[in-house]
Amino acid sequence: MPKVKPRVKSVKDLTELRKRLRSSVKNFKSKLTICGGTGCHASRSQDVIDAFKKELKKRKLEEGVWVRATGCHGFCEQGPLMILEPGNIFYCGLKPGDAGEIIAETILKGEVIERLLYTDPVTSKKVRTEAEIPFYRAQDRQLLAQNRHVDPCSIEDYIAIGGYSALAKTLTEFSPEKVIEEVKISGLRGRGGGGFPTARKWAECRSAPGEEKYVICNADEGDPGAYMDRSILEGNPHLVIEGMMIGAWAIGARQGYIYVRNEYPLAVKHARIAMQQAREYGLLGDDILGGGFSFDMEICRGGGAFVCGESTALMASLEGKVGEPRPKDVHTVANGLWHKPTTLNNVETWANVPPIISNGAAWFAGKGTRGSKGTKIFALTGRVKNTGLVEVAMGTPLRTIVFDIGGGAINGRAVKAVQTGGPSGGCLPLDRLDLPVDFDALYDAGSMVGSGGIVVMDEKTCMVDVAKYFLAFLQDESCGKCVPCRLGIDRMLEIVTDITEGRGRPEQIDLLKELADTVASASLCGLGKTAPNPVLSTLRYFPEEYEAHVNEKRCPAGVCRELIEYEIDAEKCNGCGTCRRACPYDAIKGKKKEAHVIASHKCQKCGICLSECKFDSIIVT
Amino acid sequence: MSVLTLESILKGRRSQPHQLIEVLHDVQERYRHIPEEDMRIVSRELGVPLIEVYRVANFYKAFSLKPRGRNVITICTGTACHVRGSNLLSNQVLGQLGISPGDTTEDGQFTLEQVNCLGACALGPVVVLNGTYYKHMTPSKLRSLINSVNEKGIEDTDDAKGKTKGKKRQRSH
Repeated sequence: MPKVKPRVKSVKDLTELRKRLRSSVKNFKSKLTICGGTGCHASRSQDVIDAFKKELKKRKLEEGVWVRATGCHGFCEQGPLMILEPGNIFYCGLKPGDAGEIIAETILKGEVIERLLYTDPVTSKKVRTEAEIPFYRAQDRQLLAQNRHVDPCSIEDYIAIGGYSALAKTLTEFSPEKVIEEVKISGLRGRGGGGFPTARKWAECRSAPGEEKYVICNADEGDPGAYMDRSILEGNPHLVIEGMMIGAWAIGARQGYIYVRNEYPLAVKHARIAMQQAREYGLLGDDILGGGFSFDMEICRGGGAFVCGESTALMASLEGKVGEPRPKDVHTVANGLWHKPTTLNNVETWANVPPIISNGAAWFAGKGTRGSKGTKIFALTGRVKNTGLVEVAMGTPLRTIVFDIGGGAINGRAVKAVQTGGPSGGCLPLDRLDLPVDFDALYDAGSMVGSGGIVVMDEKTCMVDVAKYFLAFLQDESCGKCVPCRLGIDRMLEIVTDITEGRGRPEQIDLLKELADTVASASLCGLGKTAPNPVLSTLRYFPEEYEAHVNEKRCPAGVCRELIEYEIDAEKCNGCGTCRRACPYDAIKGKKKEAHVIASHKCQKCGICLSECKFDSIIVT
Repeated sequence: MSVLTLESILKGRRSQPHQLIEVLHDVQERYRHIPEEDMRIVSRELGVPLIEVYRVANFYKAFSLKPRGRNVITICTGTACHVRGSNLLSNQVLGQLGISPGDTTEDGQFTLEQVNCLGACALGPVVVLNGTYYKHMTPSKLRSLINSVNEKGIEDTDDAKGKTKGKKRQRSH
């Protein structure tokens, strides 16, 4: 890799640089790609990478083996992950101690190490390559697949795989209007939750009066349970930067901002490095690629406020103020950041722009449904076997995602519901899983695509508790500026808390619906407008659970503390003492190898004994 | 003393009110909370009224106005972690250390915090101790983790400035 970065002054320079970079890679006999995304990082992938580097140095093999840490591959559950070329061998669940064996067996002798291969949970067979794994097989990975080909801290990697060629194409072949037209034909809609047509936003911003305009990348992925934006920005930051530059050219902006969650330290770090590298090459700054286009950007960290996902609140936060939204009677495309015309799109939306320009709008429009084009990344999590990031064409049925890709619920339980769209979305029951993931279809069913979180729930999840969870979240996150949201969510939470604690009355359900209607129609911003969705969707699809709580004072899933009692099944308990030691309240007594008993006056129903017992002896009644 | 270090944080950012949140992030990283004295200096140097600095520091979850414990336990309460039982982990800390989210133990050893989502949903429930991520946590794993910190005392965490220096901290483990 070149140490001093040559400034890329023209498209020709860029093409030549790419050629040089590509030829320098060919010398390696083997390539190790190890996932270094937040998920695998949490599984200590850095230790694995260090172990490889140390071992290769010891064996003097550094020259022939390329070790590369990349962004998220999506299958976080199995991390740390590695792909070894030649052969495309997929190893998972790696430990630093495996490095020596992999080098000795696979790299030097070409032997596959069986124990490190992925086991297909259905056939129990060992699988050699990523393509054969059911989790990957049913996906259409347009954006995510790029992650494994780039080291996020290396602009050279990105350029080598064709990076910034969409920008070059834009600056040399396209007028701003043509870019907007291309995006319009592609049918790209905002990936952040709203699903607003991207080209319309750009066109309005372009035609808004004013010299100074801004583009913003919303990387404040606040929806709990969604992390595709983190994965893209962290794994392939230049893709996002390139997308923003193309957008900036189209609308006539010279300055951009990436507003990223502080809870994503790797994304912050990688975005900063990427921005710095782009500057060093002259890909950010004045007269980019000699096309007369000047653009620079700043990276700003969010403060951990969910409401800042709302465009006007985010802009207030960028200005260094409290993140409160304002009425949008004049849209941000005309009056946004510092009252200038501003285009705000989320990470995944920006990341879709370069491939649309490179491959053509028809390519993108060829995927998906009538109203929702292209692919979308979903974060499949919760009580499902295969968790991770899933990219599928729009229109794929939820069932395919949950069962074919996700492998169904964990521990052989039945899937009860799927929550989509985060706190703004809703819960869909099992019989609705044939719905396609499509902005309009999910909206009509009382949920939404949102930013793409899919949380699977099984029979051990209480739907009233889920509604309470989201209300508590939203009550905490409401900025408090407008009354319907601040007080309405508070009152709704009070009612749902009453229900989960056995004080619920049948008439409260009607009051809850009435409040939901007021909050949805009178709130100032998207947070409040969509806040009732989790309550309304659970009331619509799981009324029997509310009825059990209200009328019978019973929690069918055994979750709501005030409605349950813990007991030990004397038949099953073998007196191992795990629960006795685990109980923080000293509520469990019993002699070794004899059935234990829970002292109900001491029991705080914290549920720890239940989670610790390996013999299913704790019963919830 | 703190003025000296604040100097580097403020460098190149003076009289730019929009830098307030970035500055407060850096102050928080250095001191693990935002001291009143620093808020006054930041107010003066950025040209933002003190009440506005206080309002911003108070509004955003990332900032703590109270000094935090030597060890910060952060429990992720995102939806994915929630349905996999992250509340059991808060219960465990409450039972073991007697503190609820936002509180610090009397001896200043531990602070318990909650975060809405860390984006490591596939590994839930996730707990972060001083910047190091722990996946698939259970009450018993958390109990052992807290015990191990208690045994080791404080020397392990002296360099743990700021909870989010993930990469650096993990290497040292």
